[in-house]
Amino acid sequence: MAISYDEVVAKYDPVLGLEVHVELNTESKMFCSCSTVFGGEPNTQTCPVCLALPGALPVVNARAIESTIKIGLALNCQIAPYSRFARKNYFYPDMPKNFQISQYDEPICFDGYVDVEIDTDEGLKEFRIEVERVHMEEDTGKSLHVGGATGRIHGADYSLLDYNRAGIPLVEIVTKIVPGTGKYAPEVARAYVAELRDILRGLGVSDVKMEQGSLRCDANVSLKPMGSDVLGTRSETKNVNSLRSVERAIRGEMIRHAELLDAGAKVKQETRHFQEDTGLTRSGRSKEQAEDYRYFPEPDLVPVAPDAAWIEELRKALPERPSLRRKRLKQEWNVPDKEMAAMVNADVLDIVEATVVLGADPTKARSWWLGEISRIANDKEVSVTELAITPADVAEIVALVNKGELTDKLARQVVEGVVAGEGTPAEVVAKRGIKVVNDDGALMAAIEKVCSEQPDTAQKVRDGHIPAAGALIGAVMKETKGQADAARVRELLLGHLGQPVN
Amino acid sequence: MSSLSRDDVAKLAALARIEMSEEELVSLSSQFGMILDAVARVQEVNLDGVVATSHPQPIQNVFREDQVRPSLTPEQALSGAPAQEEQRFRVPQILGEAE
Amino acid sequence: MINQTAAAMSEALVKGEVTSTQLTQAHLDRISDVDTSVKAFLHVDAEGALAQAARVDADRSSGKKLHPLAGIPLALKDVLTQDGIPTTAGSKILQGWKPQYDSTVVSKIKEAGIVILGKTNMDEFAMGSSTENSAYGPTFNPWDLSRTPGGSSGGSAAAVSAFEAPLAIGSDTGGSIRQPAALTGIVGVRPTYGAVSRYGLIAYSSSLDQAGPFGRTVLDTALLHDVMAGHDPKDATSINGKFPDVVSAAQKRDVKGLKIGVIKQLQGEGYQKGVQARFDESLQVLASLGAEIIEVDCPSFEYALAAYYLIAPSECSSNLARFDAMRYGLRVGDSDGASAEAVMSATRNAGFGHEVKRRIILGAYALSSGYYDAYYGSAQKIRTLIIQDYAKAFAQADVLVSPTAPTTAFKIGEKSNDPIAMYLGDVATIPVNLAGICGMSLPAGLADEDGLPVGFQIMAPAMCDDRLYNVGGALEAALASQWGGHLISKAPALGGSK
Ligand SMILES: [Mg+2]
Ligand SMILES: [Zn+2]
Repeated sequence: MAISYDEVVAKYDPVLGLEVHVELNTESKMFCSCSTVFGGEPNTQTCPVCLALPGALPVVNARAIESTIKIGLALNCQIAPYSRFARKNYFYPDMPKNFQISQYDEPICFDGYVDVEIDTDEGLKEFRIEVERVHMEEDTGKSLHVGGATGRIHGADYSLLDYNRAGIPLVEIVTKIVPGTGKYAPEVARAYVAELRDILRGLGVSDVKMEQGSLRCDANVSLKPMGSDVLGTRSETKNVNSLRSVERAIRGEMIRHAELLDAGAKVKQETRHFQEDTGLTRSGRSKEQAEDYRYFPEPDLVPVAPDAAWIEELRKALPERPSLRRKRLKQEWNVPDKEMAAMVNADVLDIVEATVVLGADPTKARSWWLGEISRIANDKEVSVTELAITPADVAEIVALVNKGELTDKLARQVVEGVVAGEGTPAEVVAKRGIKVVNDDGALMAAIEKVCSEQPDTAQKVRDGHIPAAGALIGAVMKETKGQADAARVRELLLGHLGQPVN
Repeated sequence: MSSLSRDDVAKLAALARIEMSEEELVSLSSQFGMILDAVARVQEVNLDGVVATSHPQPIQNVFREDQVRPSLTPEQALSGAPAQEEQRFRVPQILGEAE
Repeated sequence: MINQTAAAMSEALVKGEVTSTQLTQAHLDRISDVDTSVKAFLHVDAEGALAQAARVDADRSSGKKLHPLAGIPLALKDVLTQDGIPTTAGSKILQGWKPQYDSTVVSKIKEAGIVILGKTNMDEFAMGSSTENSAYGPTFNPWDLSRTPGGSSGGSAAAVSAFEAPLAIGSDTGGSIRQPAALTGIVGVRPTYGAVSRYGLIAYSSSLDQAGPFGRTVLDTALLHDVMAGHDPKDATSINGKFPDVVSAAQKRDVKGLKIGVIKQLQGEGYQKGVQARFDESLQVLASLGAEIIEVDCPSFEYALAAYYLIAPSECSSNLARFDAMRYGLRVGDSDGASAEAVMSATRNAGFGHEVKRRIILGAYALSSGYYDAYYGSAQKIRTLIIQDYAKAFAQADVLVSPTAPTTAFKIGEKSNDPIAMYLGDVATIPVNLAGICGMSLPAGLADEDGLPVGFQIMAPAMCDDRLYNVGGALEAALASQWGGHLISKAPALGGSK
């Protein structure tokens, strides 16, 4: 009954909805003055407010509001002249007050959009993701499940709670439903999350580390039969913790839904959890009925009514939008669409730019990061940023090649050494004894040796048949263990055999 | 005459995480008709165009500087805990999943 | 010594006629004498009180500049957190909990050098009008021990009227300071919403709660009010502005030319005969002092009670969600295999009393989807109408007045099985809370039919708390000269020596 992705998209039209939670990088928590530093000893960053001790009251962090407005502006949103916090009531031990201070019908920012570019069969195509709202809320504490299966909530004997993360400011970015992406739905979703991440990083409002949970995506997916106007039942997949997972989770859900629909079964409206290892989702505990959150305006906090002049000030100070930056870099670096798209897709744009800033030629920087280094990263199943090699290393390598101190082939060995943690390029060169043989005497000795070993070929060159020189050059390179500069070898060889160098 | 059935009260009690005895559910549901009649008077007034008041004082934009101040010590934080382990609050097994 | 006013005690302290230690010990003795019958206190902190008194005495003898109330004892409603001192809010669910922090009110009290004698009894989480809803048993009215002192701040009111403390702090969400003040023959003020920090005040209904002072005189009450009020950055709803000088107002006592509005809807039918009679007499006294008495119409007040009993339960259903057996307080049913959810539910069932559960359920209903607009939403709109009625009335009058409560103190148990009858007792006090303005109750005499105290309520616009003290001070002085002393001097002796 397995159905291929191509069959799914031939028969069904996917509709997406994406909710992204972003932890802001403020110094203190959303409603109290506890530190937000990651990884502290358990319950060392708590106070009466974030522990919800009787009588304690929240007060809003000014910078969190500013960051939220900046995000809204960067996502082309309207900024509400008046908005309120609301209480979302439900019981959960991670959440000390048993309500989350969030926003309900009055978010700070609303009605925005993000444009993303996807490489399609018909070339680059732009998709607009409409943003419904950007609102503020607070994170929960963390629980450690003890006994039963390893760390899993199910079957645990009891749980241990640490409230250091309780009350960390969160911004929730919710899209409107995204129709019309067709078979590109997984790529569009991935590009959207990547674009958001780049925008947020550019704003400096969050660490945007998906692995650490400072950026988390919930993906809503539904299918409708081609040509139908009726939306299908959606599933909501949580815990999608990398760009790659966003793509996989959506593709997987599309296939799962299609299999159910093809079999005449119904898709259940439910929360599902993405499993990093299998790439599949598993059903969350289904609730007997939709939770009634009994939202109402938070009486302990007063309305937020940002001054129009202040909003304009923030708008003026916004950094360059990532899409515009891409256009600019494409021009400055003079790269074709396809290559630009490849860099964006491989997520190497920042690192290439950093390398260029350190003096490397854009083409060289790009080809290192996108080529050799990406290949190594792929083999190791990590991203290029997780490798030990830095933009400074690559810039240094490019410079060494330019100076003729390394050949491309030797440079690859240096890259390998840096990635292996052997040190900086200079250190790897020194440790491994890598050097270009540009001692003409040594090269001439090798040339003479090769010519005497292959007299016929040498004679052909002497007779003016230049292409034959290739075999001799190859032999010389082999003789010098690849450390010779091929161009210099060619020069010397042709001269030796009485031919013009050019 | 308004009313709230025993099952309605049971649902609300579950929502409010109160495990009520059968007796209490029945007695509450019998009182609720009277109480709801009394509070339903708010619907007797024409409220078209009236703006709701959620905050008694017209105060806006109250923020604090993003500054870290000392937290409680973990000993203080845990001082009232019914159970604790490894500097964490120990609670019975959690069945539901977080939002 | 204990039958003095706080102002007189302050003078005696300054003159060196008495030390704070002596004063504190005298009150601790009085508590030992009479509190077995009054039951005003849930916890007496004799050690802490005497230590604070000793500090003040030492500071005084070293010539340090002290607050006028330094060294004066005070009773604190058990709804405000005090670092290290058991705080229960009258609930079993918080039995044994010792707060890890001081509420802002307590910080200010301590800073002024006031001596906290202990924590007073209250209706559980301030839900009630008789102090019978305390998980620790009722408090008894010192005027008649078979009657309630009112509530929810009944313990604080009873402590002051029984001379166990010259001053006390209560909280007023729907009348919980003014009504018990009326029923025990003392002065109680609910300050403007936002004038006194709510940080550390265990929340019942956040948009209505406000802590305030009790005293046996208007001036004593003003002195305490002055200590409590002020902006607090820890409370986002706290007013940041210039606070009126209530102490000067209490000494001014000048109502000449003032317009006093009698609210048509808050008198007459439903008000006990003796209550109405004392109220009318007080109006005559004010008129004789040169005030102009007019009648004002506040038609939407008719719906105030209904709006209150939707808003307060709604907010409380959310505020009380934190009592879940996870981080502090009672935990019930934590046996092998029980889930966190089951333990929460069992604890909340065992830890909350009847009235609290009733209001939580009512609030959950009023906020639930499908009912929100009809109940909570409508109630918030009624609130707007009440604010508008007040605005119109205050355009005609400087202060508004009414009886504080429709009846004098009722018998213990009389209304405990009739929640609606109990709720009706708050009809005159609730509009103040809904509008976020300020109100005072002061003694207007004793009702003829039962010889029990009657309260006279004065209301003023937000941040005009000084008007309460000016008018209250004037009325108090005139009545005292008629009676030959404050009403409280007529209170029964309660066995101990006053
Ligand atoms: Mg959310
Ligand atoms: Zn905190």
